[in-house]
Amino acid sequence: MPMDAGEIERLIRESIPDATVSIEDLRGDGDHYAAHVTSAQFAGKTRVQQHQMVYRALKGRMGGELHALALQTSTPA
Amino acid sequence: MSDPVVFDRIRQDIKDNDVVLYMKGTPVFPQCGFSAAVVQVLSHVGVKFKGVNVLTDPEVREGIKAFANWPTIPQLYVKGEFVGGCDIVREMFETGELQSLLKDKGVQVTAAAAQ
Repeated sequence: MPMDAGEIERLIRESIPDATVSIEDLRGDGDHYAAHVTSAQFAGKTRVQQHQMVYRALKGRMGGELHALALQTSTPA
Repeated sequence: MSDPVVFDRIRQDIKDNDVVLYMKGTPVFPQCGFSAAVVQVLSHVGVKFKGVNVLTDPEVREGIKAFANWPTIPQLYVKGEFVGGCDIVREMFETGELQSLLKDKGVQVTAAAAQ
């Protein structure tokens, strides 16, 4: 059962409350998204750790329900 | 809960090979866009690597996700360390971080790509 962009954003913000999330549906199939997540909580963390935080927020859907999420993370400017 | 047996196989592979890419398909015939993208980056950088086709090895396909605490394939390892999946490897290539990581770790790159 594919996911919708709103649910992805809700899940991310539930675990990373200060996050700003922009999501683009790459193919309109609910399975291939690109997301840019910005949060102060990423400060001092490696990219791998930042992405792992986002994957944890998605509570196991990454790689399953959500086949592809092209992810970019950054800390606020 | 002791480590799954497959972790030993993975540890051996990433120890014996400077650069290992766990991917869907093979370097010559990648069978997933993300895996193909990383193969392309590695050939641009001009680094030799071992491709492990997880589609023919279900145990590694799941084991590698637990090993790196990373839910997707492809996964790139340099000198035994997890570097990232497709997004991170591409981003590091664009910023030049991948090239300097390989240099810092003393991994051979072909002269053509080293300019």
